[in-house]
Amino acid sequence: MTSSTLTGPAAPAAPVRHRPVGRALQGWLYATPTAAFVGVLFVLPLLLVMLMSASRWPLLSGYQGWNLPANYSRAVSNRFFVDSVVFTVKYTVLATVLLIALGLGLALLVQESTRWKGLLRTAFLVPSALGLASASLLFYVLYSPFAGPFAPIMERMGATFLGTPDAALWSTLFLIVWRYAGFYMLLMLVGLQAVPADVYEAARIDGAGRWQTFRHITLPLLRPTLALCTVLCVTGSLLAFEQFYILTKGGPDNSTISVVQLIYTVAFQGQNDLGVAAALSVLVLGVLVLVNVLQIRAFSRPEER
Amino acid sequence: MALTGFRSLLAAAAVAAMLAVAACGGGGGASGGGDATAAGPNGVDDGTTLTLWTRAPLEKQAKLLVEAYNATHQNTVELTVTPNDDYVAKVGAAAGAGGLPDLFAADIVYVPNWVQQGLFQDISDSIDGLPFKDAINAGHLAAGTYEGRAHVLPFVLDLSMLFWNKDLFREAGLDPEKPPATLEEYAAAAKAIQALGKPDTYGTATGLNCGGCLVFTWFPSIWAAGEQVMTPDGTQSLLASPTARQVYDTWRDLWQSGAVLPSSRDEAGPTWTAGFTEGKVGLMFYPATLLSSTQGFEVGVAGIPGPNGGSSTFVGGDGIGISKDSEKAPQAWNFLSWLMSEEAQVEVLGKNLDVVSRSDLADNKYAVSDPRLVTINEVAAAGETPVAINFQQAFNATNSPWLTLVRDAVLGTGADLDKNNDEITAVLSQQ
Repeated sequence: MTSSTLTGPAAPAAPVRHRPVGRALQGWLYATPTAAFVGVLFVLPLLLVMLMSASRWPLLSGYQGWNLPANYSRAVSNRFFVDSVVFTVKYTVLATVLLIALGLGLALLVQESTRWKGLLRTAFLVPSALGLASASLLFYVLYSPFAGPFAPIMERMGATFLGTPDAALWSTLFLIVWRYAGFYMLLMLVGLQAVPADVYEAARIDGAGRWQTFRHITLPLLRPTLALCTVLCVTGSLLAFEQFYILTKGGPDNSTISVVQLIYTVAFQGQNDLGVAAALSVLVLGVLVLVNVLQIRAFSRPEER
Repeated sequence: MALTGFRSLLAAAAVAAMLAVAACGGGGGASGGGDATAAGPNGVDDGTTLTLWTRAPLEKQAKLLVEAYNATHQNTVELTVTPNDDYVAKVGAAAGAGGLPDLFAADIVYVPNWVQQGLFQDISDSIDGLPFKDAINAGHLAAGTYEGRAHVLPFVLDLSMLFWNKDLFREAGLDPEKPPATLEEYAAAAKAIQALGKPDTYGTATGLNCGGCLVFTWFPSIWAAGEQVMTPDGTQSLLASPTARQVYDTWRDLWQSGAVLPSSRDEAGPTWTAGFTEGKVGLMFYPATLLSSTQGFEVGVAGIPGPNGGSSTFVGGDGIGISKDSEKAPQAWNFLSWLMSEEAQVEVLGKNLDVVSRSDLADNKYAVSDPRLVTINEVAAAGETPVAINFQQAFNATNSPWLTLVRDAVLGTGADLDKNNDEITAVLSQQ
């Protein structure tokens, strides 16, 4: 599309060009469906949220006039704001480390194993076929001290899966690892298979051990895959909602409120203030853009910078 | 890489879109067409289809009422039941988009706020036309009255009562016909049943992570002592009073003695009554609407006692009104006027062992045949319905300061009681 802006009536001396107009039109046609989707489903809601974040907008009565800095100051001074940010960051770090490490580990395992390859790959990937909300409900029952199958064990141990802040965090992390490890394994597997076999062969001829091969061949060549996985995982974890909404509802004692859950609570559970919720959303969006830019820069090869 | 960056933007936009959908077309506040009073005292029954929304805890009663109405009227009511936790979000989104159903019920504690926000049509004149107006439950009517105009009628009354399992009382050597008269006796009975050592059987149960359950079942103990939980205008919390402390201390002692169903600690609401319903809990403060679901063992019913006697109840349940978006107000009023009639109150609600919304029907034939219903109706007269604009945020929300207060006072150290009470006041008093 950029080529069309370079050509035009500015070059009268040039011979007749039938290419640009037709191609430009074609280009626009190709781009229209995506542009329309992005416009309707992304840009418009985004503008609406920006507008809401600058307005007094109670859930039950709609737009009530401008309210510009107040929404943002109320968002930041919400009594759960700091706690939810700290918790979300903590959760993101733990989830990312666990998922990347396990995803890579499982991918190596599946790649090395020849006999059980198909079975292992399927077994690890099956949980990914379940929606996150369904998976959360499944674990809600499994973890339930009243209706769950582990209820007798919990009673004997005198502890519950969701009863203390730490237990709730780790129980949720377990669900997330169970649900997503296969997905990241698949991504890593694709990355591993893109590493040319002759590089490994050369390393072996040079007498590199397993660890040396992994450290100096596999990891550097996996860099783009690792970047992709990290970006996906960090973004997904920062936006964590369903698992906490269903499993813990932010409890026990408000210890597991993620930022998105705070937005939901402000919007729909009590305060019912879409203006403040939108202000929080805009803040989250800003942070996400920043985090992703930083991540992509950190992972890009020096020559790409 | 550019693609993933864009994807994450999209993901963030999903949250934004969720909010945007809720607000879409917001601001539509014009009252729907059609005046309920124009069509006479009973409204219009002309084969119109009406929509009605309610929340899951009252599904049983709502279904019975709607079935009975549809069987005897030309109008058809279509019932939609929504899980308790999602109901406010659903109503809020519909209110902003001008898509509320013709009729919808609301937890009576949210009614003052929703009426003030203009979600219900004014039905004062129609209510004034009812010959038994003075007999309709006053607490519910008051909650739906804003600037002197009534907007809401009682849909289903739900009272919190002391329920006890007479079979377990007998086994524990307690008098099965004599309910505990004070909170102390309540605790003693719970411990006695716990001492039986029966597997899977506990003295009592509650929902210690469920703000709504705790409001419903613990406020009456304070009222029974003749005290209040809030100032009358609903802007200041009085929940650090000596009486309130006695209530928390009793429960703290019960919890530490192990006489409380262990899952009560994290119970957020969905299964808070299940233990008693299955006959595994000796006694508990329990919703009267579930009386008909306690099968297989003998159940006694009494008012909720205070620390030193007395008894009270939380007159909860749902109010119902005609939404601002309804264009079928005369037809919707036909349902409401039928709902208040003897036919609906006695032959549907009374028959199902539910509390009737009209005091002149309290001694109906079904109530008389079951002394427990007489007790419930008697206690109902002494019960209260708290009114506060920010009730949901202060008490029912999952991260409400009331939950923080109770959990600290019963499960924690209890050292922050005054601070937590101030936090409730801060939420109640905000504009």
